[in-house]
Amino acid sequence: MVKKILKSKTLGGFGLCIAVFIILNVLMMTKVLNSYWRGVAIVCCINIILAVSLNLATGYLGQLTLGHAGFMSVGAYTSAILSIHLGLKTSQSPVIFILCLLAGAIMATLIGLLIGIPILRLRGDYLCIATLAFNEIIRVVFVNLEITNGSKGLIGIPYMTNFLYVYIFMAITIYVVYALVNSRHGRAIISIREDEIASELAGIPVTYYKILAFVVSAFFAGLAGGLYAHYMTIIMPSTFDYNKSVEILVMVVLGGMGSLPGSIIAALLLTLIPELLIQFSQYRMLIYAIVLIAAMILKGSGAGERILSKLPFRKTKRIEVSGNE
Amino acid sequence: MSKLLQTKGLGIQFGGLKAVDEFNFEIDKGDLYGLIGPNGAGKTTVFNLLTGVYKPTSGRIIYKGGSLVNKSPTAITQMGIARTFQNIRLFKNMTVLDNVKVGLHHSHPYNLATAIFRFLPSFSKSEAAMDEEARSLLRVFDLEEFADDKAVNLPYGQQRKLEIARALATAPQLLLLDEPAAGMNPAETEELMATIKMVREKFSVAILLIEHDMRLVMGICEKIAVLNFGTVLAFGTPEEIKNNPDVIAAYLGEEE
Ligand SMILES: Nc1ncnc2c1ncn2[C@@H]1O[C@H](COP(=O)(O)OP(=O)(O)OP(=O)(O)O)[C@@H](O)[C@H]1O
Ligand SMILES: [Mg+2]
Repeated sequence: MVKKILKSKTLGGFGLCIAVFIILNVLMMTKVLNSYWRGVAIVCCINIILAVSLNLATGYLGQLTLGHAGFMSVGAYTSAILSIHLGLKTSQSPVIFILCLLAGAIMATLIGLLIGIPILRLRGDYLCIATLAFNEIIRVVFVNLEITNGSKGLIGIPYMTNFLYVYIFMAITIYVVYALVNSRHGRAIISIREDEIASELAGIPVTYYKILAFVVSAFFAGLAGGLYAHYMTIIMPSTFDYNKSVEILVMVVLGGMGSLPGSIIAALLLTLIPELLIQFSQYRMLIYAIVLIAAMILKGSGAGERILSKLPFRKTKRIEVSGNE
Repeated sequence: MSKLLQTKGLGIQFGGLKAVDEFNFEIDKGDLYGLIGPNGAGKTTVFNLLTGVYKPTSGRIIYKGGSLVNKSPTAITQMGIARTFQNIRLFKNMTVLDNVKVGLHHSHPYNLATAIFRFLPSFSKSEAAMDEEARSLLRVFDLEEFADDKAVNLPYGQQRKLEIARALATAPQLLLLDEPAAGMNPAETEELMATIKMVREKFSVAILLIEHDMRLVMGICEKIAVLNFGTVLAFGTPEEIKNNPDVIAAYLGEEE
């Protein structure tokens, strides 16, 4: 019985994923969604990858980190430098493109491992500040390196990222995080968020799982960075400053700590709202801020939760729970 | 053969305070012992020392012939010492079932690849086995009907039981219970006593329990250690403890 439920949930998600893809593609082909909105869709997918991956470290593991944009930039620069040097612009080879993306993601993972081991000993505010510092250090490094072309930005990155790529990588990200958190490994990760001491005393290797969640989170941030670089074709260190980290964190908090559908919806909304508000030009950011504050208040009061709990997909999930009582 | 667990001259100091000092104690397979003493005597600290939460400042802990000093709490738990907490520490927002499954983590070691390829049979087989084992543990404590509820929503008494179930899930040979009857009414305490006895038989586990409820301790424990100001004041059968003048003066006397 359990088996069937697990199967059907995975299959259901897969079906939904394909259906959405087909619909969006039809809309794009029939020009209902023009190339501008296709770009917005690509950014949406990248932000979903970022939010879902950060949710693993912050929502499920419960470690408040503010360095996600740092990992994103590592992935962006690594993959972009590689693809420029490998002449991807002329070859346009999908294999090389994917290898470059993977190299970026792996580099982000290694950096995550390097900084994760010392800083994951820290708790709460200290961890938050340490990851923020990491974010700034990475940015300063990219400003000063020659190979990244400093603050002027790296230009001439081959334009490779299309909707198909981002959508597939987004689906993979969501699936991997979902599979991870709904397994014994995920239970271990969530138990650390719930009570670290009790988790150790239930036999969970806490350090291992903290680093695992952190590093997987960094991997997908790096991947998102690579996709971003090959969509923008120009990247600057300032794009990946702490403002971007905060933006991703807001998506996770707004969507609900430890809720995948929440992260996805929040990432979509926070990407789309500024676009929809574009006609209000100078009031745009003001309205955006008001929407954010209103959303937080609604969420804090539990009203948002009550509304969301009426939605069908919220009812079926079992492990996912909001961390803030 | 050495005993299951032995401590020799075990002690810990917090600043100037010797919370536990010269704690000599032993417990063997299948024993059911009690640890009593006035508030602040150092009982919980002993548990924290045994489970690696605190590092002792003196003495030794020998478990199955090997030293436990400098082992991590995770390693100690995996070696077979499990515990509950004086202030309940459940994974509040996880389901009752998942709380127990966290305890089963170590004994069902399917890897990351199995988790990612969750559509393959090896995943569902492992999960189904964990599920079944967790449910049978819940059944022991009459908690199966709450399996899918969040742990935080259980009534207090059930939460205490769930903590014991989670501890048992780690397949311990020594189970440390820190005031399992705290906050329970007499009827619940009675029921708990029966459960503890049954757990010892069914899981063939040695149990050391801290308890203020004298009826419970005297009723089920074969031997009792009395702790006062961090040192062992007396160690013996309930009869011996009851009639020990030092114990009456330091602890039992003031109760009535
Ligand atoms: N981490 C710590 N730092 C400083 N002092 C501590 C620490 N842990 C325990 N103590 C002190 O050690 C002494 C023993 O505490 P412990 O909690 O072991 O008592 P107890 O016998 O369990 O009491 P109770 O019956 O109230 O639970 C107390 O004086 C306590 O304040
Ligand atoms: Mg105590």
